[in-house]
Amino acid sequence: MSDKPSADILNRRRFLGAAGLAGAGAAFAAVPAIATEAGKPDPLITEVQDWNRYLGDGVQSRPYGSPSKFEKDVVRRDVAWLTASPESSVNFTPLHRLDGIITPSGLCFERHHGGIAEIDPADHRLMINGLVDKPLVFTMEDIRRMPRVNRIYFLECAANSGMEWRGAQLNGCQFTHGMIHNVMYTGVPLKALLDEAGLKPNAKWLMLEGADSAGMNRSLPIEKALNDVLIAFAMNGEALRPEQGYPLRAVIPGWEGNLWVKWLRRIEAGDQPWQTREETSKYTDLMADGRSRKLTFAMDAKSVVTNPSPQAPLRHKGRNVLTGVAWSGRGTIRRVDVTLDGGRNWQSARIDGPVLDKSLVRFYVDLDWNGQEMMIQSRAIDSTGYVQPSKEELRKVRGVNSIYHNNGIQTWLVRADGETENVEIG
Amino acid sequence: MSRLARFLFAGLLGGTLATTPIAEVLAQQVAAKSSAKLGLGRPALPEEIKAWDTDVRSDGKGLPAGKGTAKQGDVVFQEKCASCHGEFGEGAGRYPVLAGGRGTLKADRPDKTVGSFWPDVSTFFDYVKRAMPFGNAQSLTDDEVYALTAYVLSMNDIVKDENFELNEKNFTSIKMPNAAAFYPDDRETAEKHFWKKDPCMKDCRTAPKVIGRAVSVDVTPDSKAGPKVD
Repeated sequence: MSDKPSADILNRRRFLGAAGLAGAGAAFAAVPAIATEAGKPDPLITEVQDWNRYLGDGVQSRPYGSPSKFEKDVVRRDVAWLTASPESSVNFTPLHRLDGIITPSGLCFERHHGGIAEIDPADHRLMINGLVDKPLVFTMEDIRRMPRVNRIYFLECAANSGMEWRGAQLNGCQFTHGMIHNVMYTGVPLKALLDEAGLKPNAKWLMLEGADSAGMNRSLPIEKALNDVLIAFAMNGEALRPEQGYPLRAVIPGWEGNLWVKWLRRIEAGDQPWQTREETSKYTDLMADGRSRKLTFAMDAKSVVTNPSPQAPLRHKGRNVLTGVAWSGRGTIRRVDVTLDGGRNWQSARIDGPVLDKSLVRFYVDLDWNGQEMMIQSRAIDSTGYVQPSKEELRKVRGVNSIYHNNGIQTWLVRADGETENVEIG
Repeated sequence: MSRLARFLFAGLLGGTLATTPIAEVLAQQVAAKSSAKLGLGRPALPEEIKAWDTDVRSDGKGLPAGKGTAKQGDVVFQEKCASCHGEFGEGAGRYPVLAGGRGTLKADRPDKTVGSFWPDVSTFFDYVKRAMPFGNAQSLTDDEVYALTAYVLSMNDIVKDENFELNEKNFTSIKMPNAAAFYPDDRETAEKHFWKKDPCMKDCRTAPKVIGRAVSVDVTPDSKAGPKVD
């Protein structure tokens, strides 16, 4: 782990090139010259441009619209060496290119255990069985005839930031924090479906099961199921995307993403948890003493500065917008603090946009930067009074082998040239 | 809808205490919305439940009738599993390691295998029956799943005899070595100190120093080719 400056520069250049930041190799000082030389008229203004003279594409040339071709590099990315096969793998939301609180459906990170199941909604069935008065089968048509609700929730994979337990590993917030998305769901409260079947009094747990080739199954306590769980068929106003569980998925607000079973085909009621693969061998948290926590459902309060970050360095001195997102699985975000000097002094960030239960919030610090090196961190405080801990505080309790639920405070080092890296500070 | 609300609603529409037929129909429709049952869905047939309800719980609930020995499991394993999991469950590439790792859970690099980590043998049965072999799920017979379970137990020295036969009757007698090491989420007590009254805002620490850099680790993907992982 020696610091060889020459190799670092090379890596950074390669990385930024891949991220589509053309000219990243150019010196920082050259950036302000992008506009024009002082006093010389800008040809983009003085000369008529093609788009200004010729007709553009007509309506219906893009029956389902896509982002501009100039946004090509705003995509989900994976870490190919992380998993054995792309069908049981994960990719990451490009947080550094997003704003507001809603994640566009096509950029929501993916996590599959047996690839994307492609199911015609006419062929999809949802069964409820086990400890119920009347086992039932629902079609999608049945579910669409039930009273529905709209809710905005974040979904975070329990393994988000899981690579960072031992120290700074991945150089970009897309990779360190991108296993999260935040969308509006339309669906039916699970309680309404369970009421149709009639839960028996000894039904204390549910098992949710997917129709994919992994047959994903997880146990869910009945209190949560009856409280705020939804069975959703839409996200951001349209049908779920195939990779997000089309035509039907579970929405388990504030709890780890693995519980949000996609391609949901069956719900069984029982009197105890099943101890499935995903709740014993995975998604349990190995502590330093060799014992493991299980059923760690709630996602602890967490935040990250998305800009600047390694994939989105600072390009200008003077005015800049520092921004990021914060969330808590236990309620709403009450406050987000930001430090520019590695935690010596903090200021409260400006939150803009809706502050909703178990949803991302967007925060800003409108910044005047004089080119001094910065160590930027953010810290979320939620409605229960929980304060996002430092990585050091977290490791003190949990060690470094738990993989899951790493909500430690992230540090970005912004250097004098604006380049930004993922660092660990002590 | 309460009787009073219905009365008021009808009155509003009708303009008089005597309800008009239209108001009455509307009022009934509104009332129907709040009734407990919607009457949607149809009864699940026993054959349908049997086809989908294959889950096996840690207390053995859901186990099908069947049997298989470790020796029989070895044959199935070499044919259908070894290409990913290795001949001895050592794992090929990044595919899961199934055997070994006992005593490593406190080590710097723990080896979490079926034998060293998994608390319940039922988990293996449930998962293999629903999801394995990878890419050809639900193609194994119940006897094959019993045999594979017996084989993975023998790989991990949890059963010693290759002629050991696992079946639905002796299944729950198998105890996994790491079963007692799991405990329910205790964050709200063990991490109570993360609920702080007034987190520090000024002069909170000494000057920080960089002690680790992601660029030095150099594992961030910059192309399709990632670094080699052992």
